[in-house]
Amino acid sequence: MLGQILSRLATAVPSVIGVVIVTFMLTRLLPGDPAAYFAGLAATPQAIAEIRGKLGLDKSLPEQFIVYVGDLLSGNLGTSLSTGQPVVTEIATRLPASAELTLVALIVSAGIAIPLGVLAAVKQGSWIDHLCRVVTTAGVSLPVFFTGLLFAYVFYYLLQIAPAPTGRLDIFVSPPTHITGFYLIDSALTGNGEAFWGSLRQLALPASAMAIFSLAPLARMTRGSMLSVLGSDFIRTARASGLAPRTVVFTYAFRNAVLPVITTLGMVFSFLLGANVLVETVFAWPGIGLYAVNALITSDYAPVQGFVLTMAVLYITLNLIIDVVYGLVDPRVRLDT
Amino acid sequence: MSAAPALAVEDLCVEFRTRSGVVKVLDQVGFSIAKGETVALVGESGSGKSVTAFAVMGILDAAGRVTSGTAMFGGSDLLALPERELAELRGRELSMIFQNPRTALNPIRRVGEQIADVLVRHGGATRAKAPALAIEMLKKVRIPDPERRAKAYPFELSGGMCQRVMIAIAIACRPSLLIADEPTTGLDVTTQAVIMDLIAELAREIGTATLFITHDLTLAAEYCDRIIVMHAGHVVESAPSATLFSAARHPYSARLLAATPGESGALASLASIPGSLPDLRRADLPSCRYSERCERRLDACAEPLPRTAVGEAHIVACRNPL
Amino acid sequence: MLPLLRHARYVLSENPVTAFAFGLFAMFLLAAILGPLIAPFDPLATNTSLALKPPSAAHWFGTDQLGRDIFSRVLVATRIDLTIAFASVILAFLLGAVSGVAAGYFGGWSDRIVGRLADTIMAFPLFVLAMGIVAALGNTVTNIVIATAIINFPLYARVARAEANIRRDVGFVEAARLSGNGEARVLFGHILPNIMPIMMVQMSLTMGYAILNAAGLSFIGLGVRPPAPEWGIMVAEGANFIQSGEWWIALFPGATLMLAVFCFNLLGDGLRDIIDPRKRT
Ligand SMILES: Nc1ncnc2c1ncn2[C@@H]1O[C@H](COP(=O)(O)OP(=O)(O)OP(=O)(O)O)[C@@H](O)[C@H]1O
Ligand SMILES: [Mg+2]
Repeated sequence: MLGQILSRLATAVPSVIGVVIVTFMLTRLLPGDPAAYFAGLAATPQAIAEIRGKLGLDKSLPEQFIVYVGDLLSGNLGTSLSTGQPVVTEIATRLPASAELTLVALIVSAGIAIPLGVLAAVKQGSWIDHLCRVVTTAGVSLPVFFTGLLFAYVFYYLLQIAPAPTGRLDIFVSPPTHITGFYLIDSALTGNGEAFWGSLRQLALPASAMAIFSLAPLARMTRGSMLSVLGSDFIRTARASGLAPRTVVFTYAFRNAVLPVITTLGMVFSFLLGANVLVETVFAWPGIGLYAVNALITSDYAPVQGFVLTMAVLYITLNLIIDVVYGLVDPRVRLDT
Repeated sequence: MSAAPALAVEDLCVEFRTRSGVVKVLDQVGFSIAKGETVALVGESGSGKSVTAFAVMGILDAAGRVTSGTAMFGGSDLLALPERELAELRGRELSMIFQNPRTALNPIRRVGEQIADVLVRHGGATRAKAPALAIEMLKKVRIPDPERRAKAYPFELSGGMCQRVMIAIAIACRPSLLIADEPTTGLDVTTQAVIMDLIAELAREIGTATLFITHDLTLAAEYCDRIIVMHAGHVVESAPSATLFSAARHPYSARLLAATPGESGALASLASIPGSLPDLRRADLPSCRYSERCERRLDACAEPLPRTAVGEAHIVACRNPL
Repeated sequence: MLPLLRHARYVLSENPVTAFAFGLFAMFLLAAILGPLIAPFDPLATNTSLALKPPSAAHWFGTDQLGRDIFSRVLVATRIDLTIAFASVILAFLLGAVSGVAAGYFGGWSDRIVGRLADTIMAFPLFVLAMGIVAALGNTVTNIVIATAIINFPLYARVARAEANIRRDVGFVEAARLSGNGEARVLFGHILPNIMPIMMVQMSLTMGYAILNAAGLSFIGLGVRPPAPEWGIMVAEGANFIQSGEWWIALFPGATLMLAVFCFNLLGDGLRDIIDPRKRT
């Protein structure tokens, strides 16, 4: 078991190396003088020269790369110009906000998409099947920033049932004691009902906007894989054995159908992490996406680079987890490694 | 045959709706199986053998529809029973073994659990007792080391082993009718014989009637009391095995026999059947679907298919039998 | 070709949704070509006395904070949005098809290089990578095109690779090779044309994603700069007024964007039905 997880870990190594090389290259592609870029727009020539020395830009490319990797290993992602803070600490403090938003969105999305896909396949051709088809085609067509805005307009401005679309918590509510950084979990752990309810309300709109966006691939995959499983020989065996429809659909069909859906989660995460940036912008969500967007606007490059790297590492980790989970669910994978 | 038969199928018609129109796959299929009897259903590929079995079991694809007919089983008509009641019977009173045992088992469920599922479903056991009974069943189908094998997944077993599991599932509740749809296709020759012997032996032991679907007339003759020949969705002849081999009356049966290597295994005498199955989507299907391939065709063959008793338990559907 | 056309007509008559998508597509194309000519107002002309007016008979989609006519801006923006999407899809196709076909045909190290490149790109959340690329290359429309092409590259390369791999040893390729055609001739004369249909499907399927991606980038301030009309920017501008209830500024460009993406997604599905031989009867 442990050996398998380790061997999966090993498969991620080339991806991590590729990601590090790409993020390194991105800084060398900066138009003009990277040092000027890192120093900011209003920097004096001395400041630029100092930065150049500090970044090692006067060295050869391979040397620079080694320095870069060394920095990464010691957890140094540079310093933000606009705040003067190390990028690592800023990303670390903001990561829980993004992670909480993304995970809630994923849970909402999977919670709707998977039952929808299953029902659409079981009742093929019924209204729920048509609904599923509409949702999957329309869902991928929705620009997530636009849905977010629409939600804010309808639920905040028109109906006034949602809180103002600004941030994780109303300014009059104090955040829960910091344990995990996830407001929902922290407030639940400390029994802080007010903060829990408050952060849940703030989460509702951005998480729904993201969920709708990622609903489509999940529902489509669930429906397709459920259909193909329902048509397979062993389902006929199960029916021929008189097993109850519930057993046939859940124990036999669904458990098999969920396997390709787990694989799709990788793509869904790619969608979600990208959508995350846009939704955080719309809802002024203090996560790493908004941090990167603000840095982009002020041409503050180190945070952007740190953000891209963090997202990629996060994504690789998520894919790794997906792989391991798949191996746990599907007995066939366990042997053939 | 005074006692009520185990299964009596009358006038069974099945259609499939497809993209290219309605296919009349079965037309007025009728046959019966006595209690404890072993009957073979033979015919070339596509003649509707599996569809017949699926219709009786009530497990046709969504595209298929029974348009008429009855299938009397233990006093009730399987084709008219509501799905709930039919599901009660399936796996307990009538069960089925499929071809391709590897795909016929749930790939991600331990085989012991799959047997236990059936036992639990039909009240044969509680969840707690079921695993032990499942191991019992594995022992019965002579799987070596059943305790360990019960925990195996189908992909960890050989094809023959999977088919034994399939048989264990089918006979777990001691059904009174067992349908075996080409249970040995895809297995190597030695395993084939072992599996056939196992099915025959277990069927005798629990006194179940067996409908054995196959291409292989020799196999049919060896294991079955009676043979039913199907062609393009029609039952063309039904006779005791020995009678069919010595005196087949339908031209198609005769052709089929000629295409079967004899006991001497003389391949040289193998003749192929001319022509192919008619396209069942056609609107102008002749009443005898073999007539277009038949050398003995008469003008009278355009009239409705007869069903003539030509001997003891020997029925032929032909206007000009041999 | 003729049977394909006949099949296309059959699919269109069978599937009104695809026909609808084709109609919508024609409309967008027309708007892209004629947009600046038929726009009722100058999309850049500001008029503060008309600022923030809701939709009316004169201004169908209302006016924005600078009094510009939103309908004209949405119309004129069609060209830039579609151009970015088309250009990036074609670029991705060229890069992906050529390297994918080479990888599938030659195998060996070319296969490994292309595969590793595609894997590396796929190791990033795609929108995030596009952000990083535009930030690094510089904030221009061309770089949006390049970034969008790069993140779509793996899809094309993989499809092309698989198709070329299947066709490598097929009869007509073998025949061409035996009759003395060079490898390059075989590759580009025989294999590439044969994978065109499937690549076309891929292109129309990624079109929608390309538009979304480009609009997303401009929404966060990358690429197209104001005051140029572009759907993503217009939604971003409208975002500032949503909380005060001026919905039309964001709604119309956003809805148009959505419709365009929807249209291309339907079109891609429809095209797949037409081209996929399995569905041809
Ligand atoms: N789901 C379906 N949709 C349409 N036609 C079907 C379907 N299932 C079976 N058929 C048709 O029914 C006919 C009989 O099929 P069936 O599977 O019963 O043949 P068979 O005698 O069992 O052949 P084999 O020996 O190959 O198993 C075939 O012509 C087949 O095309
Ligand atoms: Mg069959």
